[in-house]
Amino acid sequence: MSLPEPTQRPLTQHVDHNREAYNLAEYEAHGGYESVRKMLTELSPSAGLELLKASDLRGRGGAGFPTGMKWSFVPMQSEAERLANPMQKYIVANADEMEPGTFKDRVIMEGCPHLLVEGMIVGAAILQATTGYIFIRGEYIEAAEKLNRAISECREKGWLGKNILGSGWDFDLHVHTSAGRYICGEETALLNSLEGKRATPRAKPPFPQVSGLWGKPTIVNNVETLANIPNIINYGAEWFKGLSLTEDAGTKLYGVSGRVNKAGCWELPMGTTARELLEVHAGGMRDGYKLKTFLPGGGSTPLLLPEHLDTPMDYTHIGKIGSRMGTGTMIMIDDQVDFLGALKNLEHFFAQESCGFCTPCRDGLPWVEKTLDKIIRGKGTSADIEWLDRATVNLNMGFTFCAHAPGAMGPLESALKYFRAEFETRIKLHHSETV
Amino acid sequence: MTEIDTQLVAQLTEQETQEILKLASHYDYPQAASIEALKIVQHYRGWVSDESLQAIAKLIEMSAEELDSVATFYSLIFRSPVGNNVIMLCDGITCWMHGCEQLKNCLSEKLGIDYGETTPDNQFTLIPVTCQGACDRAPVALKNMKLHTELNESSVLALTTLESQNRLGGSK
Ligand SMILES: Cc1cc2nc3c(=O)[nH]c(=O)nc-3n(C[C@H](O)[C@H](O)[C@H](O)COP(=O)(O)O)c2cc1C
Ligand code: SF4
Ligand code: FES
Repeated sequence: MSLPEPTQRPLTQHVDHNREAYNLAEYEAHGGYESVRKMLTELSPSAGLELLKASDLRGRGGAGFPTGMKWSFVPMQSEAERLANPMQKYIVANADEMEPGTFKDRVIMEGCPHLLVEGMIVGAAILQATTGYIFIRGEYIEAAEKLNRAISECREKGWLGKNILGSGWDFDLHVHTSAGRYICGEETALLNSLEGKRATPRAKPPFPQVSGLWGKPTIVNNVETLANIPNIINYGAEWFKGLSLTEDAGTKLYGVSGRVNKAGCWELPMGTTARELLEVHAGGMRDGYKLKTFLPGGGSTPLLLPEHLDTPMDYTHIGKIGSRMGTGTMIMIDDQVDFLGALKNLEHFFAQESCGFCTPCRDGLPWVEKTLDKIIRGKGTSADIEWLDRATVNLNMGFTFCAHAPGAMGPLESALKYFRAEFETRIKLHHSETV
Repeated sequence: MTEIDTQLVAQLTEQETQEILKLASHYDYPQAASIEALKIVQHYRGWVSDESLQAIAKLIEMSAEELDSVATFYSLIFRSPVGNNVIMLCDGITCWMHGCEQLKNCLSEKLGIDYGETTPDNQFTLIPVTCQGACDRAPVALKNMKLHTELNESSVLALTTLESQNRLGGSK
C-alpha cells in the first residue's frame, strides 16, 4: 500500500465522533502501520532516531523536552548482538492525563486508538524495545477497551508478537489501567506504579532511559508525543517542522475550557495564538463574562493575562512570558469567578494529590490551602500573604523531591504577582471590621 | 502452595483468579498486577475486604501488608464497603467554575449524605473526584464509572434513580 498524501492534521485526521474509530483494516486502508513497515524494512534504528531528532519533536506531556535527545540516552546493541541476545527494554505511554483542565490524550485514544498503538510499535522499533505498556488512568474505561481491541487486532495480524515482518524482532504491548492519584503521571512514580508499588517518585539519576522499569532501560512519553512518531517516520522531519507556525515543530492538540461558548479540543499548527483558540475556535467568552486570566496548559501552569492572548502558544514563547505551555489545554477564568476560590480549588487538588514522600510538599501544600481558606473567610492578615510568598520559594524547584509541589506553586506565585490587590483587599476588609 | 495458602486463595472466585493470573502474565513479576488485581475483585464485590486482600496477596506473591500499603495509596481502590451505586462528582477547576458545588448540594440534599458517606439503604455512596479529562463538557460526574456530562440540577438528580444492575468497578 502506498502512503496517502500528508495531512495538516496528522493526529486527528481519522478522528470523527460521528462514527466508530477505525478498526485495523480501515486504519491500514488509510496508510496505517506503514511507518512500522518502513522502519523495519528500510530504516535502521539509528536512522529512525536521527529522523526523530531532526524533527525537533518536543514532549507533549507538559515539560516540552526534546524527544530525540531523550531517546538518545537509551543504550543500543548492534544488530548481531541483539539477534543473539536482545537487551530487555521498555517503552511506556503516559496516558495518565490527570493534570486539571487537560482532555487531549483522550481524544486520540478514543478517536483513533490505532495511532497510539502504531506510535508505540514504531517507537519500539527505533529503540529495539521488547515490551510496551500503555499506563492509562482508571477512569478512561472506553479508551482502555478500544486500545485493547486495537492491540488484539495487531497481534492477530502480526504487527505485534514474534518476528514482526520477518525482522527477527519481537515486541508485545499491554494496557495497564491505573486507579487514581495524579502523581502516577510523574514518569518515575509511574514506573513504581507499573511495578505494582505505591506511586512515589524515584531519585534521578539514574534516569529511566538507563535504569527504569525493573532496572531496565525505559522510555516514558506522553500519548500525544508518541502519536506524532508514525507520521514523522512516514513524511520526514522537514514536513513535520513545516506544520508549525513557529520554531517549535508540528501540530498541537489545544483545548479551551471555562465559561466560553464552545469549549473543545482541536489540532492546530503549533504556535497558534491563545486569542485564536479562544475567539475563533472556542467562540469567545459567554455573554456577560469577561476574561480575567487564564492557565495556558493545565492546573500547574502559571496564570497569564488577557494582554498575553496574542502570544503564540508554544514552549518557547509561553516560556518567555513567565509561564509554561504545559499540556496546551487552556482554562479560562472569567471576571465573575471567585478568583481566590478558584485558586484554593487548585491548591486543594495539589495538597490532596501530594504523594507524601517529602516534607515541604506533604506539609506545605495543605498549609497553603488552609491559608488561602483563612484569607477567603476574611480571617487573614498580612503575615499570611507573606507566608504564601515564602511558600512560593520554599516549595519550589530545588526544595522538593519532584516537580509536583513546584507545579502547585505556578498558579499561586502568578496570582500573588498579578492579583495581589485581591489578597490585600480581603485582608483590609477584615482589618477594618476588627479595629 | 500449602493447604492454608490454597484455602486463602479459594476466597477468590475461579473467574477472579483467572482474570488476575491473566493480567499477571503481562509482567515479568506478578506483583506488578497488584493494582489491577485489586480492581478485579472490586469490580465483582464493590470493595476490597481484608479477606480478599489476603487472598490476592497470596496469589501474586506479596505480603498482605505490602499489598495493603498499595491498596490504600490509590484513590479508586475502596478498602471499606460502598453503596450499590457510587456517584463520583468531579471537583476539578473547570467543573468548579461550572457549579459543581451546587450539584453536590443537590445530591446531598436528595440523598441525605455528605461526601464519603453511604445512604442507610446502602444504595448510594457520594465521592468527589479530580478532573476527569472532560472539561469541555463540564460539569461532569461518574456513576458506577460511567461518565455523565454537561450536568445540571435535574440531570444530576436523575443519577439517583435506581437501576438494578452493575456495581462499581474499574475496567478489567
Ligand atoms: C506531578 C506530575 C504529574 C504528571 N502527569 C503527567 C501526565 O498525566 N501525563 C503526562 O504525559 N505527563 C505527566 N507528567 C510529566 C511526566 O513526568 C513526563 O515528563 C512525561 O511523561 C514525559 O513525556 P513527554 O516527554 O512525551 O512529555 C507529570 C509530571 C508531574 C511532575
Ligand atoms: S514533591 Fe510532593 S509529590 Fe513530589 S515527591 Fe515530594 S511529596 Fe511526593
Ligand atoms: S474539571 Fe471536571 S472534567 Fe476537568
